[in-house]
Amino acid sequence: MRGDAAGMTVSRPKSVAEAVSTYGRETNSLVLAGGTDVMVLWNLGLFNRRSVLDISAISEWTKITAQREGLSLGALATHSQIRRHPAVLARFPLLAQACATIGAVQIQNRGTIGGNLANASPAGDTFPALAVYEPVVHAISTRGKRVIPFQHFFTGVKKTSLSPGELIASVELHDPGRKPDRQYIRKVGTRAAQAISKTVGAGLLWLNKDKTVAELRFALGSVAPTVRRLRASEEMLKGKRLTPDIISEACRLVEDDISPIDDIRSTRDYRLAVSRNMLREFLEGRNKS
Amino acid sequence: MIALTVNGKKRAFKGPPFTRLIDALRETFGLTGTKEGCGEGECGACTVLIDGEPVNSCLIPICQAEGRKVETVEALGTPEKLSSLQRAFMEEGGAQCGICTPGMLVTGTAYIKAGGSSDDHAVREALAGNLCRCTGYQHIVKSVVAAIKEKRR
Repeated sequence: MRGDAAGMTVSRPKSVAEAVSTYGRETNSLVLAGGTDVMVLWNLGLFNRRSVLDISAISEWTKITAQREGLSLGALATHSQIRRHPAVLARFPLLAQACATIGAVQIQNRGTIGGNLANASPAGDTFPALAVYEPVVHAISTRGKRVIPFQHFFTGVKKTSLSPGELIASVELHDPGRKPDRQYIRKVGTRAAQAISKTVGAGLLWLNKDKTVAELRFALGSVAPTVRRLRASEEMLKGKRLTPDIISEACRLVEDDISPIDDIRSTRDYRLAVSRNMLREFLEGRNKS
Repeated sequence: MIALTVNGKKRAFKGPPFTRLIDALRETFGLTGTKEGCGEGECGACTVLIDGEPVNSCLIPICQAEGRKVETVEALGTPEKLSSLQRAFMEEGGAQCGICTPGMLVTGTAYIKAGGSSDDHAVREALAGNLCRCTGYQHIVKSVVAAIKEKRR
């Protein structure tokens, strides 16, 4: 059966207070932001007879605000807004590039950062970029406000640490101090647009004066139930020079942090190989981003 | 009741607020130029403009169009007075079976209006959310490029 509009109840609050109190009373409501995921499933008839909490009219949550030491993205900021925003482009370029790989212009004009997070797809294309910038997620419910570090936000496939009745208000990014010496982003999919990724990678690298690694942050998507930082490789490389042997060792350790599977889009072996190739490409300085 | 502007006219929609925009446009307002291809936001055949931005009308419940300006392919031109992009599609062979054409025209129009460049790669990125099952992309891209060049003359 297709989506049946007549059976849906919709509330469309204009203020945060109203949205929070409605969701507090009706925690089973389907939260609707840009609709690029919800409406696909609704069209298939999966959400019939549900109450919808359409938060898209809350103008307070559509803003991107540059702060002194970072940036606040309202939950309803669209991928188009983010990829074009001068402060995002200047200070968090990997996030701007990640937003540009999502769907195509029609999807980027509707899809929101809050919706992307709440949907919690293992293949969420903004997540590796966010993971290396280590943001915090601001959530709100009738019980008050809560700050959730990004690394604790996802708890599994399509699962988040949001409590019943809790909504995402914003994502707050902090400048990573010294400008990274190198950065990396790459999405591998069947085609450039409209494809769900087989693997996505994002990385930041800081080098010491003697060319040893001060810090590496590297995150991969679509290769585990949630986005993963390569903790073992990151830890091992600290203080090391990027010699061919060390790079090979870092690539070997990739397996410690990810658990790719065979599915309709790709295979375990392919994803593992691509994950290692991405890290190698970055550490060897062969990427252009 | 949901108030919105469709192709420059103020309209009121009295049906269920979760009615998809594409269904309201086609069935309530009689604007059948907008086509439904996939119904899941992949093909772009249902592209319309909301406040000038291309969106997939199959993924938008009409409640989200409240107070907005919606433009469909019918707003681009008339048979007597085609838009420059519509004329370019005819001259360059940009239309084959025709199902993707309204979406291509709407997305292309927004791209041209936003001052998009005539660079082949940029045009392809702008149209990446519109699929053509006849695979007539070469001529579609040529049509958009021709319309941009005509605008500059």
